[in-house]
Amino acid sequence: MHAGTVDAGPGRKNQGSSMSARILKALKKPKARRCAELTLGPVFLVAVWWIAFAGELVNKDLLPSPFATIADTAVAIAAGDMIHDFLQTLIRVAYSIAIATVLGVPIGIALGAKDSVYRSLEFVIDFFRSTPATAMFPLFLLLFGLGDIAKIAVAAFAAWLVIVFNVAYGVMNARQTRILAARSMGASSLRIFKDVIFFETLPQTFVGLRTAVSIALVVIIVAEMFIGAVDGMGHRIIDAQISYQLTDMYGSILAAGAMGYGLNLGLLIVEKTIVHWSGR
Amino acid sequence: MTSSVARVSADGIARVGEDLPHPERRETEPPMPKTSARQRMISIQGLKKSFGDTVIYDNFDIELPQEELISIFGPNGCGKSTLINMISGLMPMDAGEVLYDGQTIKETKISYVFQNYREALFPWLRAIDNIHYPLKVMGLPRRTREERVEQLLADFEIKIDLNAYPYTLSGGQQQTVSILRALVTEPEVLFLDEPFSALDYEMTLFMREQIQKIYLKTGTTTLLVSHDLEEAVQLADKVLLLTRRPTRVAEIVDVGLPWPRTTQVTTDSRFVDIKRHCLEVFWREVKAS
Repeated sequence: MHAGTVDAGPGRKNQGSSMSARILKALKKPKARRCAELTLGPVFLVAVWWIAFAGELVNKDLLPSPFATIADTAVAIAAGDMIHDFLQTLIRVAYSIAIATVLGVPIGIALGAKDSVYRSLEFVIDFFRSTPATAMFPLFLLLFGLGDIAKIAVAAFAAWLVIVFNVAYGVMNARQTRILAARSMGASSLRIFKDVIFFETLPQTFVGLRTAVSIALVVIIVAEMFIGAVDGMGHRIIDAQISYQLTDMYGSILAAGAMGYGLNLGLLIVEKTIVHWSGR
Repeated sequence: MTSSVARVSADGIARVGEDLPHPERRETEPPMPKTSARQRMISIQGLKKSFGDTVIYDNFDIELPQEELISIFGPNGCGKSTLINMISGLMPMDAGEVLYDGQTIKETKISYVFQNYREALFPWLRAIDNIHYPLKVMGLPRRTREERVEQLLADFEIKIDLNAYPYTLSGGQQQTVSILRALVTEPEVLFLDEPFSALDYEMTLFMREQIQKIYLKTGTTTLLVSHDLEEAVQLADKVLLLTRRPTRVAEIVDVGLPWPRTTQVTTDSRFVDIKRHCLEVFWREVKAS
């Protein structure tokens, strides 16, 4: 659960997203093959699960049938209560990412613009980036109370650090030739920032953004489990565990996973559309 | 910029300037009397540059004629690129003064084409918007920009899909876009830093023709850094040969062959003689240390 230790270093673009990247790639293939490729993995997972369940390889009190799980999850979704929890978590993640981005991108650009400024703050940023965000819960509870604000604040803080770090690196690693080219045309510093450095930073910003979303999701789920939540996927999972609703617990875990995966894939698609030149 | 004037060079070949009117050209010219009798000069005085303990230039002086194509050739590490980076204002010099016919770098309209077009073009802009960009920086209204770009494309019969993003174009096309981007501002001095070194041979030959076409049409003062002696001779009125560092002028070789210089010219005996002479100077300088 050490969200803060997830490495978001530059040059690790493909980590954690290689699967989604492959799916994107697969989307361009002919339909039949694409469907086969996409379904193979999940089918395999369900098959292994079912074999473990039916062959009683795992204690039956710990592992429900995959089909019962899927059926119960479908009922929970249809009834709307899982959708409510799902949306609550999604909204909290969205808030924390919005806050982290609005505060993180400008600060990252400002820090990256002056090499010496970033170097002098590097230790502090690295320190907090390496601190498990969950270790800060008590502090944020003191500051913001038990409500949603504390949860969003911790997640936003953890996500903010990752965004600042990545944006600053993006600015520092901007191609000098492009900056020189703009300068040779007589562009002012402000114009170079707006027209060149901002765009140069975008690929790294998206790397930061995707990592930030994963971290925010982890933090929000954990916060929902343990600090006075009445809804959200984290709350739902721990509730199902305590009341021994095995199918609900497994189903909720899968739903939370789907959320993380969906967010990552969504961002990747946005990234490919906006940063179309990345890696080319 | 004497592009609107037909002129006759020392070798007696008439260089016909462009015949198409450029209403805005006159306004953008420096307020300076036209002197056809006197050759305008680039003057570099007391240039100094060191990187750490390595002295590249120490009191380097040179005068070069404007409205000519001058190529710069010299041993590795002698600071060919450093020289044009400094006199184009891209890189600060430690000391010295550069004047373009009495005007400072800031007062002179300069364009620069980089060796690495991949890193010099803006991949987030379409090729056409890359060409527009310097005019946008100059603050020209859209209408004027479009007119200028259209004129430029018509002048050089460009057959590239300019609505494409640069990374989808071939290397030669990308460098052509870079060159167009440099030309669109109608610069007084054009700098080319090994512009073809990242291209394959076939494309290089084609681009050499393009550069000649541009030069013959616009007559823009052009400084070309090259690591290829054949190219340096073929594409120049004068070849500036540099020594090892601390860099001095080894010789300024007058090429004086008629333009345009086709690939056949490069096998002509006069061409070969000039090239051999340059090579001798080059070897002498390489072995000097």
